[in-house]
Amino acid sequence: MDIPYTFQERRDTGLTNGKIGIWLFLASEVMLFGALFASYILIRTGSPSWPRGDTVLDVYLATFNTIVLITSSVTMVMAWASLMRRKFGTFRIYMGATILLGAVFLVVKYFEYSHHFAIGEGPSHSNFLAVYFTLTGLHMLHVFGGMVVNAYFWGPGAKLYQTNPVWFTNRVEHSGLFWHFVDLVWIFLFPTLYLL
Amino acid sequence: MSHPTGVDHSKPHAAHEVHHEELGFWRKYVFSTDHKVIGIQYSVTGMLFLLFGFTLMMIMRWQLAYPGVPLPLIGGLFGEARMPGGTMLPEFYNELGAMHGTIMVFLGVVPLAVGGFGNFVVPLQIGAPDMAFPKINMLSYWSLVLGGLTMLGSFLVPGGAAQSGWTSYAPLSVIAGTGQTWWLVGMIFLITSSLLGAVNFLTTTIQLRAKGLTFMRFPFFVWSQFVTSFLLLLAFPPLEAAGVMQLMDRVAGTSFFMPSGLVVSGQVLTNAGGGNAVLWQHLFWFLAHPEVYVLILPGMGIVAEIIANNTRKPLWGYRAMVYSLVFLGFMSFIVWAHHMFMTGMGTAMAAFFQTTTMIISIPSVVILTSLLLSLWGGSIRFNTPMLFATAFLPMFGIGGLTGLPLGLNISDIPLHDTYYVIAHFHYVVAPGTIFALMAGIYYWYPKATGRRMNETLGKIHFAGTLVCMNVVFMPMFIVGLAGVSRRLFDAGSGYDFAQGTMHWNVVSSWGAWIMALFQIPFIFNFFYSIWNGEKVGDNPWDATTIEWAAPSPPPHGNFAVAPQAYRGPYEYSVPGAAKDFTPQHEAS
Repeated sequence: MDIPYTFQERRDTGLTNGKIGIWLFLASEVMLFGALFASYILIRTGSPSWPRGDTVLDVYLATFNTIVLITSSVTMVMAWASLMRRKFGTFRIYMGATILLGAVFLVVKYFEYSHHFAIGEGPSHSNFLAVYFTLTGLHMLHVFGGMVVNAYFWGPGAKLYQTNPVWFTNRVEHSGLFWHFVDLVWIFLFPTLYLL
Repeated sequence: MSHPTGVDHSKPHAAHEVHHEELGFWRKYVFSTDHKVIGIQYSVTGMLFLLFGFTLMMIMRWQLAYPGVPLPLIGGLFGEARMPGGTMLPEFYNELGAMHGTIMVFLGVVPLAVGGFGNFVVPLQIGAPDMAFPKINMLSYWSLVLGGLTMLGSFLVPGGAAQSGWTSYAPLSVIAGTGQTWWLVGMIFLITSSLLGAVNFLTTTIQLRAKGLTFMRFPFFVWSQFVTSFLLLLAFPPLEAAGVMQLMDRVAGTSFFMPSGLVVSGQVLTNAGGGNAVLWQHLFWFLAHPEVYVLILPGMGIVAEIIANNTRKPLWGYRAMVYSLVFLGFMSFIVWAHHMFMTGMGTAMAAFFQTTTMIISIPSVVILTSLLLSLWGGSIRFNTPMLFATAFLPMFGIGGLTGLPLGLNISDIPLHDTYYVIAHFHYVVAPGTIFALMAGIYYWYPKATGRRMNETLGKIHFAGTLVCMNVVFMPMFIVGLAGVSRRLFDAGSGYDFAQGTMHWNVVSSWGAWIMALFQIPFIFNFFYSIWNGEKVGDNPWDATTIEWAAPSPPPHGNFAVAPQAYRGPYEYSVPGAAKDFTPQHEAS
């Protein structure tokens, strides 16, 4: 028994199952981060004083990380585009680059975190840091999750390309949609936490 | 038409071909990806948790009926830390209360109504071979199991399970014992399970419906699951966010929900402070109000199916019901703060939320009225599913109408947190939703097993449960109107104003215990009929919807030939037709 529309589009909806699934999942993710941002606004407006982000956090490292993540979104698109042109070798290179850039992001974040912990600024230190650690921590989990999925498609998951390249390309596209979303969350997090 | 629709057997793919004949025991019955097996797993898990949650409540009811009197027979089993000499400590009462609510809502009704019926019935009703993502389906069931085990395990940790109510209001929940951390971790598993399930249901419904099955030809049950899934998808993540923040408050010492200068047991807490305790309530109710509709909408869907089938006529106002359902789903996102009138939100906010609350009652009334009018002029068959479905209407009606005073700021303030609230929402969920779920079990049992449940036992179960439900919950309106708080572990025996209503607690308690006895015929019937029930064909109720086109029980892949829908879902008693039902899948 096969499930229909796993890689062929259903004509009246014009979509595959995976495409609808990933967009619905992203809708729930919007609600997750939306609730966290809303909580941030409520706590910040309710507090008598709130530090400017750049007085506590390192804007230069975060700017570097922003560039890293945006670049990784570009390589993600290139990986998908390579598959569309059925160039598997280039796909491997771009997908590998995406995973590596994700790793760079996490390493930079590790140095930021360990700096704060070293000077005793843990999440319990202030509400600003509580928001910072919770939001960036959850975002890092998303980056890590995306890397795991991408690594799967780079490695063992790529076997599907031999039997059904259309389906494999769709899967990479869905993984890319998630990756762009994670990138977009950072685009909101960066000014909110570091600049405002 | 050149494009494939429904089951496509012509394109085998080596990479993902499923050899269902060769599956071993574990893959077939335990780690199955078949929506029917998963549906039954969900249903059985849900029913076991309903029984467990009911048991917790029966223990509480002893304490409420006879405060301070040692629990006979089993009182000694709970240990000196919980019930010294068989007498319940307040902490243990709080544990039971918090876990009764959590288990009934998140591990009982939702798994049975959404996970169980949704999984088993929806793919069959839309003529699909399975869910769109079978592996994710399996994952969401096992995530539920992990969440359930975490919740059960929390009873064993030092200090016991969560004690801060199913709502886990901060700051009480933040300073509570270890059980609360387990509760939060358990909730994160349960939320994950629901999110994955919701994505799966929505995709399946949109993509895998049979050829010709347009949205306005959906059975009402499919519509109800569709809207329910949207609610789960969009309302659960904010609670997940809140759960993460509360976990941070408890584990990492942050102060999201902790105000400054909080004094606990005579000592000022040293946390950073500046948090907002009401924020937790907002995030919690942003989920938990849509969750109320998650509890009721599948029930309405089941009742609609059974009423149409047993009145032998189309549903009255199907379109109006569908539009009401969608409107209800939308509105359920903007009424949440009517649970929070006591937080001092101010008149402008209260006016907004009581207005939206009054508006949302309109579509509910439209649906209930349509179901009631559907009975008019039908030649009704009063079999067990229909008895439960008919009883749903007045029972849910009582629950709904008694909710109106709670939705208005001015009348909510004296009633808030009294037994009146308990009576109100239990009328909606217990004799409401659970009656609908019982109706659904009797109705779809022949599809799952090929055999019908015993009617006599079913009618005993129905009559006893109907009477006892009202004996349990009707007195709570009286107790609540007398002003007795629902949180008192001794039913208010220490207060003068509660003395006049103490005897009603005894009535409620005996109602609950006798109701437990009336579940025995059901449990016996459920297992006995698997092997000894009357054997029936594929369509024992002469129904019109597509699930009855599949064999009973349906094989892996459901339909031998992909079905096609030629008409609306409820073509009963069509003038001039050869028989009194014209199935959706039969070409005219």
